[in-house]
Amino acid sequence: MTGSPSTQEPIQTDMVIIGAGPIGLFAVFEAGLLGLKCHLVDNLDKIGGQCAELYPEKPIFDIPAVPRCTGQELIDRLLEQAKPFEPVFHLDQQASALQRLEDGKWRLETTAGTVFETPNVVIAAGAGSFVPRRLPLPGAEDFEGKSLYYAVRRMEDFRGRHLLIAGGGDSALDWLLNLEPLTASIGILHRRDEFRAAPDSVQRMRELVESGRARLLLGQVAGLEGTGGQLEAVRISTPDGEIRHECDALLALFGLKMELGPIAEWGLNIERNLIHVDTETFETNQPGLFAIGDIITYPGKLKLILSGFHEAALMCQKAFKNAHPDQRLVFRYTTSSSDLHKKLGVA
Amino acid sequence: MAKLKVTDRDGVQHELEGEIGWSVMEIIREADLPIEAACGGCCACATCHVYVDAGTLAKLPPADADENMMLDEGFEVRDNSRLSCQIKFSEELDGIEVELAPEY
Repeated sequence: MTGSPSTQEPIQTDMVIIGAGPIGLFAVFEAGLLGLKCHLVDNLDKIGGQCAELYPEKPIFDIPAVPRCTGQELIDRLLEQAKPFEPVFHLDQQASALQRLEDGKWRLETTAGTVFETPNVVIAAGAGSFVPRRLPLPGAEDFEGKSLYYAVRRMEDFRGRHLLIAGGGDSALDWLLNLEPLTASIGILHRRDEFRAAPDSVQRMRELVESGRARLLLGQVAGLEGTGGQLEAVRISTPDGEIRHECDALLALFGLKMELGPIAEWGLNIERNLIHVDTETFETNQPGLFAIGDIITYPGKLKLILSGFHEAALMCQKAFKNAHPDQRLVFRYTTSSSDLHKKLGVA
Repeated sequence: MAKLKVTDRDGVQHELEGEIGWSVMEIIREADLPIEAACGGCCACATCHVYVDAGTLAKLPPADADENMMLDEGFEVRDNSRLSCQIKFSEELDGIEVELAPEY
């Protein structure tokens, strides 16, 4: 036993990458060529970061030698490229606590309780981790977790309640359909009578509304009423003025936003939400803690995917030395090195 | 050069010189006013949400389906709400007034 409060044995690995976006994925490849094994942590429940979450269908034209691909295609290709190196993904959890161990390694823990011990932690977190967008209403935080929710952790939380869901996307409609049988009453609030969700979900929602089992309200949340964290009513602004809707739970689904989160507390040199790095090694102000991609700044920095790829390659040189202080690193090309061919599985 | 007026969230109005052909979001961002524009201008978020004055609204093509869909994720969306990344600045828009929508 280690005496650690976590029930899990720490995962020992050469590198932990925070952020499974394009730059994190390419870092797996570059690290893999040097024989370093990687684990990745991401707060999203899928791989790909902004490319997968914000613009999976949008075309990208400035990836070298790829004249055009979509955000999702780029991620799929990077995953294929990284595959020989068997990256391990830890999704739907946020890197939360970082601590220096006596032997100089890092101990990194996630919100899901996963623990790593590694010589190299790499922050490739883009604009930060994706978290639900909260209602910017005064006093809203008093209700959070008691009667105001931004995600469904347990469906049972909503049993027997008078629930209002705010939002017009797939998640709003999916939860309406799934929670309707549990709730005492349910309503959906959207700013207009058009929904950007799967047509089948929209049709099923309309059927619920027509049968009187769900209520459709058109407008926007304007205020919350209640005491001691217990919601009693939601004030709704509509084109015809403000109305009051009685309910004891509100599930607000307005998409995701990006914020730095716990890494802001790690003693890094951060300016305007960007981390300063040494451009030779892409180390931060703390040895063995690196940062690459959109989250960093240095003179001349451009927030381009291709810049992040370059930063990943340079970072791995120093990360190798951290992982293997006694070994010399020889520079090799993938075209000609039989050693690299073996690592890539093409020998 | 054409100009535009931007009111920030403290109610202070800034007069900016607008590069023709830039999006209004880009003009606001390059002037270092606080606009998040998380997706960088590809109409994939609602963090460049602005209110435009009535005269300006009449000069703009109506929001398309994509812009409206992203505005669904906005807060305090009004009839004069637009995503500033979708407004291309031109000579015709000289003198327009926009206001930054609440941040959240």
